[in-house]
Amino acid sequence: MATELRGATELRGKETWGLALRKHWRLYTLALLPVIWFLVFRYLPMAGNVIAFRRFRPGGSIFGEEWVGLYYIERFIQDQAFWQAFQNTVIIGALTLVIVFPLPIILALLLNELRSRVFKRFVQTVSYLPHFMSVVIVAGFVFELTSLDGTVNRLVKLFGGDPISFMQQADWFRTIYVSSEVWQTVGWGTILYLATLTTIDAQLYEAARIDGANRWQQTWHVTLPGIRPTMMVLLILNIGQFMQVGFEKIFLLYNTLTQPTADVISTYIYRVGLTSGQLSYATAIGLFEAVIGLVLVFSANAISRRVTGSSLW
Amino acid sequence: MVNTAPAPTTDPVGGDVPDLTRPRPETTTVKDTPGYTVFRWVNTTILVLVAAVTLYPFLNLAARAFSSEAAIRSGDVTVWPIGFNTTTLMSVLEQDLFWRNYANTVVYTVVGTAIAMALTTTFAYVLSKKYLKGRMILIGFAVFTMFFTGGLIPNYILVSELGFKNTIWAVVVPQAINVFNLLVMKSFFENFPVELEEAAAIDGLTTYGIFFRVVLPLSKAVLATMVLFYAVWFWNSWFPAFLYMDDPEMYPVTVFLRNIIAGATGTGEGLSDVAVQIGANVKAVTMLLTALPIVCLYPFVQKYFVSGVMLGSVKG
Repeated sequence: MATELRGATELRGKETWGLALRKHWRLYTLALLPVIWFLVFRYLPMAGNVIAFRRFRPGGSIFGEEWVGLYYIERFIQDQAFWQAFQNTVIIGALTLVIVFPLPIILALLLNELRSRVFKRFVQTVSYLPHFMSVVIVAGFVFELTSLDGTVNRLVKLFGGDPISFMQQADWFRTIYVSSEVWQTVGWGTILYLATLTTIDAQLYEAARIDGANRWQQTWHVTLPGIRPTMMVLLILNIGQFMQVGFEKIFLLYNTLTQPTADVISTYIYRVGLTSGQLSYATAIGLFEAVIGLVLVFSANAISRRVTGSSLW
Repeated sequence: MVNTAPAPTTDPVGGDVPDLTRPRPETTTVKDTPGYTVFRWVNTTILVLVAAVTLYPFLNLAARAFSSEAAIRSGDVTVWPIGFNTTTLMSVLEQDLFWRNYANTVVYTVVGTAIAMALTTTFAYVLSKKYLKGRMILIGFAVFTMFFTGGLIPNYILVSELGFKNTIWAVVVPQAINVFNLLVMKSFFENFPVELEEAAAIDGLTTYGIFFRVVLPLSKAVLATMVLFYAVWFWNSWFPAFLYMDDPEMYPVTVFLRNIIAGATGTGEGLSDVAVQIGANVKAVTMLLTALPIVCLYPFVQKYFVSGVMLGSVKG
């Protein structure tokens, strides 16, 4: 009914819950199913992390049987394989941040200098495509290209080298992983930067030119400050995902030979929890990973807000 | 985050979204300096290379799918098939399991997208009402899950306990709401002309009536965008099915493909005797068939994806 609409004179924050529910009960009912979904499929698993401190038995309670305190936490701190995975996570995460994060900015700036709309649209369309490919397809591409009869080895032979079995060598794994990440994400990553670039006031460029700035100086003093807020927000989001480096892709690509460099915390959790069935132990590691991720995103946000003034919240 | 551009275009989603193909405003009426002319040539070359490197794996895949086994083994196949034949294609297409998994993918995509849309649109509409008490709590409730999740094992236990194993629900329910999509829809509904809703209310429609009979029919473009995002996500999804399904008959095609790539199904069991070409070829053909629908549809729907992303970045 009409009473459900916002009264123009209504002051926010003066409503009691009872009144709000009476007036907008239909809106609240619309939210009911989604809220239940979030509770069951997002918050219940969070609560399920309690089995990191309780002994879990399959078939028993989903919240474990009895308290064991920090037993599992202490266990992974003494676990050599965990630290190996931790180290790999940090290295792959850092490589992703340092290499994959700046590339869309550079590509967007290069696209921005094009004068031909047709060519610009073509490059954009092509570069977005990999983003829509399943990670299984991307893994397939990696195997096809790096196989002994693949294109990469064809190039190696062209330059007089011997074919390399890339996917069987731990030394190559990080290079291949980061390259595939670049191939899949950089094009799509340019969209937000390009959108921001269109919002930069042409008069700023005009003013800079009158002040004698050349193209490069215009880019440095006008364009880059213009996209800084977007950069910071995306950087915060990227830092938030630092710990969960592409689990699915690594899971598809790695094998026992590449494990020394490829095994990350998430793949280790999979093996400990679901291959060898130590669910409580794997949960303890997972909780550690999730907490670090949360701390990272909050710190990045706080630092960014203080230093650059742009933040997520 | 990003404010909308002063140059709105006729955007499919209806928001005033900037035109990304617009070249940078020419800030100079004088001739380019020689240095800048050189830069433009170099830049064009770089971008041609970027496009080529992006497309190459696709061309290479298509070439391998139709080449002879011998040509592939010799490592000569690049962007054009050598020893053209469709033997492998035919033998893959003759497999019952492949078709069953392909059909599963279609079913999971349709059901998953339907559930996801129902939950996302209703919640986004509620979150877009700025006068609603508890709105910020609900937004925080949803956004927090972007940064903190239960983790693999608790999720696994939950889905198992719910009895979802070896059912479609394991694939379509736990991933039903994507918070990013939720925020995109929320910012779209926030910009929905409030006069229309007020007029509908005066005509005696309830909130339900306004939402289903006024707001949704006028949001077709953004709904189409969201359907596309979810459909691509469910089409490409493989891990939940891999995790919760033991029966090969239940797999989506992505898991079928994963097993071929991982060598779990060896060289493609169940291939007819006609097929002498195995291994590399089967992989390429299966990949091609899995990626095909998306590659074919992509040019036509690309603009929806782009505007969807930008809509989400506009500060609501």
